[in-house]
Amino acid sequence: MRINKHGLLAYIGRRLASTIPVMLIVALFVFSLLYIAPGDPAVIIAGDQATPENIEKIRATLGLERPFVVRFGEWLWAVMQGDLGTSIFTNQPVTQLIAQRVEPTLSLMVVTLLLVLTIAVPMGVLAAWKAGKWVDRVVMVVAVLGFSVPVFVVGYLLAYCFSVQLNWLPVQGYTPLSEGIWPWFRSLILPSASLGFVYMALIARITRTAMLEVLTQDYVKTARSKGLGEPKVLFVHALKNASVPIITVVGIGVALLIGGAVVTESVFVLPGIGRLTVDAIMQRDYAVIQGVVLVFSLAYVLINLGIDVLYTLVDPRIRY
Amino acid sequence: MSATPTPIYSGPIEQGDLFPAARKSRGFLALIRRHPTIALGSALLFVILILAIFAPYLWTVDPNALSPAHRGRPPSLRNWFGTDLFGRDLYSRVLYGARVSLAIGFSVAVMSSIVGLVLGLISGFIRWTDAIIMRVMDGLMSIPPILLAIALMALMQGSIINVFVSITIAEIPRVARLVRSVVLSLREQPYIDGAIAAGTTTPMIIWRHVLPNAIAPLIVQATYVCASAMILEAILSFIGAGTPPSLPSWGTIMSDGRAVWQIKPYIILFPAAFLSLTILAVNLLGDGLRDALDPRMAKRF
Repeated sequence: MRINKHGLLAYIGRRLASTIPVMLIVALFVFSLLYIAPGDPAVIIAGDQATPENIEKIRATLGLERPFVVRFGEWLWAVMQGDLGTSIFTNQPVTQLIAQRVEPTLSLMVVTLLLVLTIAVPMGVLAAWKAGKWVDRVVMVVAVLGFSVPVFVVGYLLAYCFSVQLNWLPVQGYTPLSEGIWPWFRSLILPSASLGFVYMALIARITRTAMLEVLTQDYVKTARSKGLGEPKVLFVHALKNASVPIITVVGIGVALLIGGAVVTESVFVLPGIGRLTVDAIMQRDYAVIQGVVLVFSLAYVLINLGIDVLYTLVDPRIRY
Repeated sequence: MSATPTPIYSGPIEQGDLFPAARKSRGFLALIRRHPTIALGSALLFVILILAIFAPYLWTVDPNALSPAHRGRPPSLRNWFGTDLFGRDLYSRVLYGARVSLAIGFSVAVMSSIVGLVLGLISGFIRWTDAIIMRVMDGLMSIPPILLAIALMALMQGSIINVFVSITIAEIPRVARLVRSVVLSLREQPYIDGAIAAGTTTPMIIWRHVLPNAIAPLIVQATYVCASAMILEAILSFIGAGTPPSLPSWGTIMSDGRAVWQIKPYIILFPAAFLSLTILAVNLLGDGLRDALDPRMAKRF
């Protein structure tokens, strides 16, 4: 394909357009669930503590007598303008509820991502370099454990060791960024470590696999034979060429981060979107759950779109 | 060994003599030696399965029997794993909890494999359905599985059947994608073209060519689905969106111990250890099967 600087912009445009049908399906799914599910939608929305008058009022606002397509269209139009409905429990707009909770969740995910990348990638590189040796075995065992020990188990284990027993770190709770970077970071170390464990396993394993493939290539031999130091060969020449599959998995793994955040925030009592979701389940506040699913799915799709664009930066051979 | 000189030829040459290594690798023991992860995984899983099946006979009491006099007791001779805040025996609850985890893991793996197989076959063979099915699968896959299951459970009553349905829906897309990719790569094979040219019907092609090729990756995928379903069930029950409180599952036991985990960590410790070990067993089995059944996949990951 011809190389020009408009190619990338056009590609981003095309990819953005291609996310529209996917997001439409997500929206349709989240919307229609309420009507497919057994039971009266008005009763489900009204929650457990609803009075008959409440249910009648909700039934009126739902407009169940109108055709499904019309209702979906109106709802979608509102969603696109940032109106995700109103929480039945707090009577606040869902958008506002989510916005209030963004900081802890975003902080948790960013810290986890940074923590995981700085640990998992060197781990994978080391394992590939010493393939078959004990270092490799250890890394692979850690990876299998990472896939097997659920995030809340890791969370309680770490919290018990480092907070309850050793008293090194805060047990639970979140310190906002506005109170200083260090207290903020301290409150996120344990949550990030537990949330990142499975993610770390995933990335260490794909890094090892990608590196094993690259290390057999001729240019690695060339780099070594011209006398480059082993760290430079591994981390500059080999890792750069192994980065495309790694970045792909980093993107796919964001689903693990999002899902895990719901649980991690419950274990460590972080007032984030995950906590909001769990509270919404307790209160059977479907509007909030609907909103959270939509927002998280959109974030997931956009992150993976961003990753597709990132390929062009790490690998100039990929052109669009 | 006899001292008689070896005859030049005495009957058919045994392959075992020519390839001593090949003889060694036959049999069950050899399989274990070559794939220790399969052996370890299935042995662990077998033990847990036995514990689950024979839970009533393994010195357990009624897992829901309340005993207010013995609330929150640490492990002792009377209650091996201690008691929870209602005085229920944790050893009994953990053993009965294994039933929920195994049932969910196994049934979700089977059901999502069947539905995923059918969807993958349809979209691989009937061209016009491909775009529709795959867009729907893309949509489902862009919702993180835990959230998808949470959204489904939020609409339904907390029962084990509903947990099964929710997790199955969350797991189907990955299986469907896998089967579709097998079908699409097979369609490029000359022998499939040949079979079509010879007038072989589509069901026959599926039976003779697609299923044998799809079965190995499908089994491997099913073990991972099983592990992931167990984790999802535990998470759902832990956050209160899963099995009803009357049914002891590892997730609900941990959820019960959540409020006091700092002073009574054993309430969470035992179900957590069993849950992790079970998932580890399934993952080991999956990794071993992947290496044994599909060397190409082993190289990739």
